[in-house]
Amino acid sequence: MNVTMLLDMAADGFGDRTVIGSRKDGLTAARLRELSAAAAAQVRAAGAEAVVYLAVNGPAFPLAMFTAARAGVPLVPVNYRLGAEQLATLLANHPNAYGIADEAQSEALTRAGLSVRTPEDFILEAAQAAEKGIGDQDDADDAPDAPNAPAVIIYTSGTTSAPKGVLLHHRNLVSYVLGTVEFAAAGDDEASLMSVPPYHIAAVSNVLTNLYAGRRFLTLRNFSPEGWLDLVRAESVTNAMVVPTMLARIVDADGVDRSVPSLRALAYGGAKMTPRVIERALKEWPHIDFVNAYGLTETSSTIAILGPEDHRAAITSDDPLVRARLASAGRPVPSVEVEIRDEAGRPVPAGEAGRIYVRGEQVSGEYAGSGPAVDERGFFDTRDWGRLDEDGYLFVEGRIDDTIIRGAENIAPAEIEDVLLRHPGVADAAVVGVPDEEWGQRVEAVVVPLPGADLDSETLRAYARERLRGSRTPDRIALWTELPRTPTGKIVKRDVVAGLTAAGRQTA
Amino acid sequence: MKLRPGQQIASTVDGTRLIVVRAPAEEVALTCGGVEMVDAKQAPAPSGVPADDAREGTQLGKRYAAEALGIELLCTKPGEGTVAANGTPLVLQGAKPLPASD
Repeated sequence: MNVTMLLDMAADGFGDRTVIGSRKDGLTAARLRELSAAAAAQVRAAGAEAVVYLAVNGPAFPLAMFTAARAGVPLVPVNYRLGAEQLATLLANHPNAYGIADEAQSEALTRAGLSVRTPEDFILEAAQAAEKGIGDQDDADDAPDAPNAPAVIIYTSGTTSAPKGVLLHHRNLVSYVLGTVEFAAAGDDEASLMSVPPYHIAAVSNVLTNLYAGRRFLTLRNFSPEGWLDLVRAESVTNAMVVPTMLARIVDADGVDRSVPSLRALAYGGAKMTPRVIERALKEWPHIDFVNAYGLTETSSTIAILGPEDHRAAITSDDPLVRARLASAGRPVPSVEVEIRDEAGRPVPAGEAGRIYVRGEQVSGEYAGSGPAVDERGFFDTRDWGRLDEDGYLFVEGRIDDTIIRGAENIAPAEIEDVLLRHPGVADAAVVGVPDEEWGQRVEAVVVPLPGADLDSETLRAYARERLRGSRTPDRIALWTELPRTPTGKIVKRDVVAGLTAAGRQTA
Repeated sequence: MKLRPGQQIASTVDGTRLIVVRAPAEEVALTCGGVEMVDAKQAPAPSGVPADDAREGTQLGKRYAAEALGIELLCTKPGEGTVAANGTPLVLQGAKPLPASD
């Protein structure tokens, strides 16, 4: 099994359909297969052991993915925002790789001893090779049948620990696609816009799922609300995926035209969604089907989905249980099992919180340099804390590593953040544990006020105290203009702690 | 044959290929066009013809299943022969679409 099987099926089933880029000058499924076969022959000829992609998203990314797969080597998309030192450490894991990098980044690859070409030249060289008939003999069966070989290696963002290389095997990615997407189900007018960078798992799975569905795939190089809205209208985009911070910027942007008549479905995930933002988006665009997807790099993307009907039911219902589901991750996809376990490792009943474990063919749970991290029953520890309700809706309450231990009490920051985010003057909030001599850790919060909101910390503390137990009410609430986040919207909690403990920080 | 999820199965009488999505615990006799199918890795070049009464054919990307056996296969290369498990033709499954999530 190899992910090239998905491309072969697309090329056999709808080879003339444009699947990458604009309708005018994009690539058809048949052309993508032809170019990937030609480029794979060159990767093989170079004796490369990986394809490293250090560039913004664009048509070269899906080509690089299938080129690597056909050549039988992993694709390694690398974060172009890493510092020189981190980048060098990471690249040292992949000597002898075939490099693709934007001009600004090419020096880093050269320094690491890799051959390098720009994304544009990569496509051009593939086209020239194809012209000469290189890769012609390659048919589907030439791609190595190695279900347990890594197709893609993604480095985790490292918000809580050092970045780790997650091995996504061919069988994980193919199982994910076959388990969640119907072949050729998209109409030929459908187009999908991906706004996350290529080193994010959603960008990888997006290439495969859209191709398999037959949906044209577009990318936004660098996100801005105006750029996103303009591209949706210009290309008549029907489906899009964003991270929550992007949706917040789109709904909060002043003086922009937010009409998106072509858009039918908007998926979001990758970090926690603020209730205010999703409620505003639902009101702004009642015609759009919203989908919340929960997943990890280690699980080949989505493992639970809150679908369009759940969203509509939640905002129109009088039942508090149904309304609360807007903050849930929805229900597990059919091919994945979810189990919540207590600290002793025993499964807990519905309604009780614990560690989220998952099992399924799409779950890799394997890191470079160490064996599979699944237990004897095949379950992977997500290191997320959460619970299932009686109807099987999954509520994710944050990373285990972010849990605050105050005295003998374990406190999930999410519960406190949810309360603060419900305050009408609050745009963003983060709750952390700060070292404390008496309690081990004490609860502190950082809040970003909405523009024009008249907030002060004591009023906010009183507001939180009315809704939370005393031990969970933040001892201090600082007001900041923004929170430290990764480019894909995850709050970097250790930077919040560092900011709060730094001497001289103004607390307003 | 003992099937496992992700395994690819090939016809020996035409170009039909399927991938195992759900596998039963027990061994199962899979046929295409009335002739036993094999693991795609060991597949010889197709020869012979599908039996006259087993030419329903398969469609690319469609799922074929036998609920009673707990078996589900997905067609990655279509062919003319009917795919059957233990002598009973597999049933073409309707789409069960999930909303696009990425």
